Amino acid sequence: MVTAAAKKIVAGASVGASVQVRAVSHAFGDAARALPVLDDVSFDVPAGETVALLGPSGCGKSTLLRLIAGLDAPRAGRIGLDHVRVVGPDPSRLLVFQDPLLLPWRTVEANVAYGLQARGIGGGEDRVAQALRLVGLADFAGAYPHELSGGMAQRAAFARALVNHPRVLLLDEPFGKLDSLTRMTMQEELLALARRHAFTTILVTHDVEEALLLATKILVFSPRPARIIREVDNGLPFPRFRDDPAFIARRRDILIALGHGEEFAR
Amino acid sequence: MSDLTGQAAGSAALPIAVRPVFRPWWPGLVSGLAWAVAAAVTGLLPDQVRAPVARPLVELEGAVAILSGLFALIGPSGWCAPLASHGRRVAALGVVVAVWEVVTAKTGWLPLPFFPSPQAVLDVYRIDFARLGHSVISSLLLLFPGFGLGALSGFLAGLAMGWSPEARYWGHPVIRLLGPLPPIAWLPVALFVFPTISAASIFLIALATAFPVAVLTASGVMLVDSRLYDVGRTLGASDGFLIRTIVIPASLPHVFVGLFMGLGASFIVLIVAEMLGAKAGLGWYLQWAQGWAAYANLYAALAVMSVLFSGLTMALFAARRHALRWNRETVQW
Ligand SMILES: Nc1ncnc2c1ncn2[C@@H]1O[C@H](COP(=O)(O)OP(=O)(O)OP(=O)(O)O)[C@@H](O)[C@H]1O
Ligand SMILES: [Mg+2]
Repeated sequence: MVTAAAKKIVAGASVGASVQVRAVSHAFGDAARALPVLDDVSFDVPAGETVALLGPSGCGKSTLLRLIAGLDAPRAGRIGLDHVRVVGPDPSRLLVFQDPLLLPWRTVEANVAYGLQARGIGGGEDRVAQALRLVGLADFAGAYPHELSGGMAQRAAFARALVNHPRVLLLDEPFGKLDSLTRMTMQEELLALARRHAFTTILVTHDVEEALLLATKILVFSPRPARIIREVDNGLPFPRFRDDPAFIARRRDILIALGHGEEFAR
Repeated sequence: MSDLTGQAAGSAALPIAVRPVFRPWWPGLVSGLAWAVAAAVTGLLPDQVRAPVARPLVELEGAVAILSGLFALIGPSGWCAPLASHGRRVAALGVVVAVWEVVTAKTGWLPLPFFPSPQAVLDVYRIDFARLGHSVISSLLLLFPGFGLGALSGFLAGLAMGWSPEARYWGHPVIRLLGPLPPIAWLPVALFVFPTISAASIFLIALATAFPVAVLTASGVMLVDSRLYDVGRTLGASDGFLIRTIVIPASLPHVFVGLFMGLGASFIVLIVAEMLGAKAGLGWYLQWAQGWAAYANLYAALAVMSVLFSGLTMALFAARRHALRWNRETVQW
């Protein structure tokens, strides 16, 4: 019993953190020719919950994730983790980028081990192997990134984040390049993982159904500069079904908010 | 369509029995002939001009002819398979040697002392082996430290300039102004700054290597996809770890281009510095041979240089292939 608990601590089982986004505005370029991207965005993510961000292409979703990751500082507003201000990148908040961005000179295995090595955490072989099994890449541990398909590279990038047991996982269309069956598997894995490790997830997606399947709250953004135009609480019980009337009603609601009420919402 | 099926049926109907018809390996056959002719010309025709005993050359030509003939019979296989692609080149070389023999020793159409016969050049390796060997060693004793020092300092300078804007600010004008100077132009300065000619030569070789390596390393570092730094930083990498695991490997393809340019420049500086100042080395040997009108020695030394320098270049290629085996482009080179 004691050893099991100790093992869990050694393995670094993560505990989710809450995320606060307060009146965040952001722009690119200098004051004279600024490109406003985020306009007074505020929301909270309770610890261990999953929030999905939906919005038209180019509205500023990836930018928002970079701000939460601490890679850029917002022009205005504050971002907090458990009410502590975010000032820079940290492995407790891990961003899985829209592109896989694997290091081409490292094998898949070495890519996944990168974070552990960077922080000097020894003996991570088991964790790496486990993460690779989880994303179905155990057989490609020794492959170089140029030998992977787009979807495999994306899964490797996902494993590279997971292995660090982050408190907050920021996912930027992580399953966008996967075929629909693999995507479903990965979605199920993500759900199971989020439950098991209780980490907090902020998920950017273009897929309304994915948002409804995974998230407890869905934020719909306007075109750039992004404002929150709709907030959908999604308390559907698990397992969720796409043909559930409540599911369909919410999907319609969101599509209308995205401006596709006429053509597709029915 | 019917033609295709007809062929397929034909090849099926004519089974293995027909296959073992003897088919010589043509390049080997041609090469054997060419070298046999060369050996005959060398050994049987009388010399018209003064030339050393042709016996060793005849033996060499005969050996190549016999080996070629052997390959013509059995085909290039086993340990000699890599030679296969050179078959026609070896054959052409036989023709060149035969013609060379005819226009020098056998007819004297090309005058001595400028155009020695093949056996005279071959003789140099027997008579002057010690001096030539010593020259090679003393050249390498300048080249290796000079190139190593230059590659290392150029790499470090380029890394600093690519990574730090401050280093770039100070390094840029130096590279801009001094880079275009041919390194050998520093020879007079180097000769009084350094206590020995060897030290001066090593410095010049290092200089010649360092500039291209520094420039290309710096540009390689600056071309690194900055999103990879974002990845590293979010995963908890320190600056030192980023440099070791991202900056250096990402810039390596450029670094190797710089190393190739630096290696070429270092050969030039080596030979010129040895011609102008040194008392040993291949450059000095060329000067010495010219001074004695020993043109056979000159050609023999040039041949050694070409083998040596192309060997070093190939070694660098091999190192590159090994270091960049992750790179898809490398595989295709
Ligand atoms: N580094 C940058 N410099 C200048 N402009 C930028 C930069 N990054 C993003 N932008 C601009 O900010 C806007 C929002 O970009 P962002 O990548 O956040 O969009 P997105 O919502 O993620 O879009 P998509 O769904 O297509 O990925 C775009 O108009 C883009 O041109
Ligand atoms: Mg994006």
